[in-house]
Amino acid sequence: MIALTIQAVGLSGIAAVLLIVIFVGREALPILRGDGEAGFDTLFLPQPLRPGKPPGFMWQPVGEVPKLSMIPLLLGTLKVTLVAMVVAVPVALAAALFTSEFAPRRLRELLKPVIELLASIPSVVLGFFALMTLAGWAQSTFGLPSRLSALVAGLAMAIAIVPVVFTVAEDALTAVPRSYREASLALGATPWETAWRVVLPAAAPGVFAACVLGFGRAIGETMIVLMASGNAAIVSLSLSDSTRTMSATIAAEMGEVVFGGTHWSVLFFIGLQLFALTLALNWVAGAFVRRTLRRLGGTA
Amino acid sequence: MSAQPKVKVRRLSIHYRDKTAVKNLDLDIAERQVLALIGPSGCGKSTFLRALNRMNDLIPGARQEGEVLLDGQDINGREIDVVDLRRRVGMVFQKSNPFPKSIFENVAFGLRIAGLRDKAELTARVEASLHHAALWDEVKDRLAESALSLSGGQQQRLCIARALAIEPEVVLMDEPASALDPLSTAKIEELMHELKSRYTIVIVTHNMQQAARVSDQTAFFYMGELIEVGSTAHLFTNPGVKRTEDYVTGKFG
Amino acid sequence: MSPRQTRSKLFSGLTGVAVALLVGILLVIVGDAVRGGWTRLSWEFLSTAPQEGMTAGGIFPALWGTTVLTLLMTIAVMPVGVITAIYLSEYAPEGSRLAAVVRVAVQNLAGVPSVVFGLFGLGFFVRFVGERMDAALGGELKWGQPGLLWASLTLAVLTLPVVIVATEEALRTVPADLRSASLALGATKSQTLWRVVLPGAVPGILTGAILAVSRGAGEVAPILLTGAAYYLPDLPRSLSSQFMHLGYHTYVMATQSPDVDATRPLLYATVLVLLALTFTLNLVAIVIRSRSRKLASS
Repeated sequence: MIALTIQAVGLSGIAAVLLIVIFVGREALPILRGDGEAGFDTLFLPQPLRPGKPPGFMWQPVGEVPKLSMIPLLLGTLKVTLVAMVVAVPVALAAALFTSEFAPRRLRELLKPVIELLASIPSVVLGFFALMTLAGWAQSTFGLPSRLSALVAGLAMAIAIVPVVFTVAEDALTAVPRSYREASLALGATPWETAWRVVLPAAAPGVFAACVLGFGRAIGETMIVLMASGNAAIVSLSLSDSTRTMSATIAAEMGEVVFGGTHWSVLFFIGLQLFALTLALNWVAGAFVRRTLRRLGGTA
Repeated sequence: MSAQPKVKVRRLSIHYRDKTAVKNLDLDIAERQVLALIGPSGCGKSTFLRALNRMNDLIPGARQEGEVLLDGQDINGREIDVVDLRRRVGMVFQKSNPFPKSIFENVAFGLRIAGLRDKAELTARVEASLHHAALWDEVKDRLAESALSLSGGQQQRLCIARALAIEPEVVLMDEPASALDPLSTAKIEELMHELKSRYTIVIVTHNMQQAARVSDQTAFFYMGELIEVGSTAHLFTNPGVKRTEDYVTGKFG
Repeated sequence: MSPRQTRSKLFSGLTGVAVALLVGILLVIVGDAVRGGWTRLSWEFLSTAPQEGMTAGGIFPALWGTTVLTLLMTIAVMPVGVITAIYLSEYAPEGSRLAAVVRVAVQNLAGVPSVVFGLFGLGFFVRFVGERMDAALGGELKWGQPGLLWASLTLAVLTLPVVIVATEEALRTVPADLRSASLALGATKSQTLWRVVLPGAVPGILTGAILAVSRGAGEVAPILLTGAAYYLPDLPRSLSSQFMHLGYHTYVMATQSPDVDATRPLLYATVLVLLALTFTLNLVAIVIRSRSRKLASS
């Protein structure tokens, strides 16, 4: 009896994931079925914008003829995420290498809590920091035309994902058996050569998983981009332009939509896409982590 | 030897997944005597010991055939509650494993979970068990201290006291002195002489001299099989099987 | 020194620079908040309500809202999270398919973006559960709108993986020896769990709870959609009331203030309070964990 109750409660994790799919999906149903005012064509294909102009992609959900193209939002999300990844991955990997390979034991014990503190900073505080401090610094340093942009949001987001990448990568590096290092050093390799050519390749799948998880975290990150990207939904490849991401769109517009209307459904549909994306990324990362552990003789 | 053995083992085999740890074993364990199980490591003696209070139930993939009869009753029978069984057949482990509680609470644990609430009786039985385990004089002034503050030998005797507190009929000991210094070992061996007036004791040991010193009967295991069993004096001086002789004289092991 | 050794020193030195950069960023963020907000921090700031369109006064309602919200969240998440971990580590048979599926689900739950949790709270708690409750209670709109209870339950789902993972790790650190000892003394499985395993896992479970609170207190995106309010004259009176919140307050003051210069010192002070809260919680968790690890290894 007790065991049965415990097992029933133990299914809570599965229940939570299923409920998310069902109830976010339920609100996005009109889009998925394509029987509402908006369907996959309006969201992803070029649409007529103004009479006499070629069709294009525009996100302008409020107006006489709402324009609901996902393309500017997808592009914006990709831009900010790429900036964050390009900055965060090298820094996080270098820090993970330092911690697992070069730092003295004492220092290592001290560094991990520091990274944990960095990870614990609420994203609204990072958004605030980007808005109040980073934006001005970036504008004057890079000579940008506007304060808020994909670049500023991406830099702030890098701070949010460094701890994710660091933690998983450091775990993978530490899982590499000491015998590998000793073998390499005994053959006359320098500490750096050992780290770069022996330890890092041995931990490669785990390190890759770390990057994938960081990517997933960046795609869904909301408050930072909401506060620091400028939120203009324009189709542009420039990093210095104001940019709107999928997550920020949900957060910014949900407060003003009609319960159950088309715009409402589209916002839930964006959420569903974010959910599916992060789920897929998580799955990929999980597979790579298991592979590292198996390769290094641990158990998954 | 008394007429009716306390424990009768019939055609017992135990398998772990695809490996057979104990093969078709028959053995009688006499009441209020000490039976020593000897043999090289991996010979199945610990597995056999754990079958006597069904601790093997906890090991995933362990299967068992044959019978173990306690006072003539099959301990794997459907009407047997494993919890009751373990109260009747206590166990002391190779590595001392006191709970991170006080000395008193460690010994009281089995009594409390059996539902004993009466403070006076609890105290009396804890004291009695500590006496039986020859630990009372060393700990009587520090019963409230953590059990982890005791020395290794004291911890093991505490574990013995803990097992005795619930007054089992049979006490299983799995190399109880293997991690202890010679002085502590001597104390525990001495203890066993006292205990056998009240309890049936089965002890697994690696140490031939220990088996010779403490036991009445000795059983020699090899590769999961019971090779020979008999009175300790007889088995050590006049083994019936060549392999037993080789082992007790130290030719292998 | 050979060129190879020089290169080794150079590159390993560079990895050290990366670490220094991270420490530097942490210090800059904290220093920024301290420098900008220190002077406005006072008992009055913590104990009074905002005034004059958030250009004066304090943050008491936001502090109160955050506290009540996280308290409710903790009450909801702890039993479910701890029992789930108990199932995974104590009750599921080894190699159980079901337990493996639960683990995968929990892992994926941890990766779901926080804004999606907001949508989930809105779609499930508000629109599904709340609207049905209203209909059953006579049709008056009360539960079918964003509010304190729904926001805290949404955060409970969000922090569920934190609690499960921490508790499972804590249960695993309780030595198998102690379980065997208890069972060999005739304890039942549940007696062993209650008297031996759980007491040994308390520090780890506590760490999980603290981390969940820290995470829950700082998340803004989910509550943005499920009940946080810009400004309320009164403290929340019921579980269905909307509430103010430190993180949301920060967001609103930073992006929608009518008078940026007047708001700025208050904004910095609010961020300082939020950071101090999160860091304190996390430091406590770190200390508890390292202490119990030392105990376990001694």
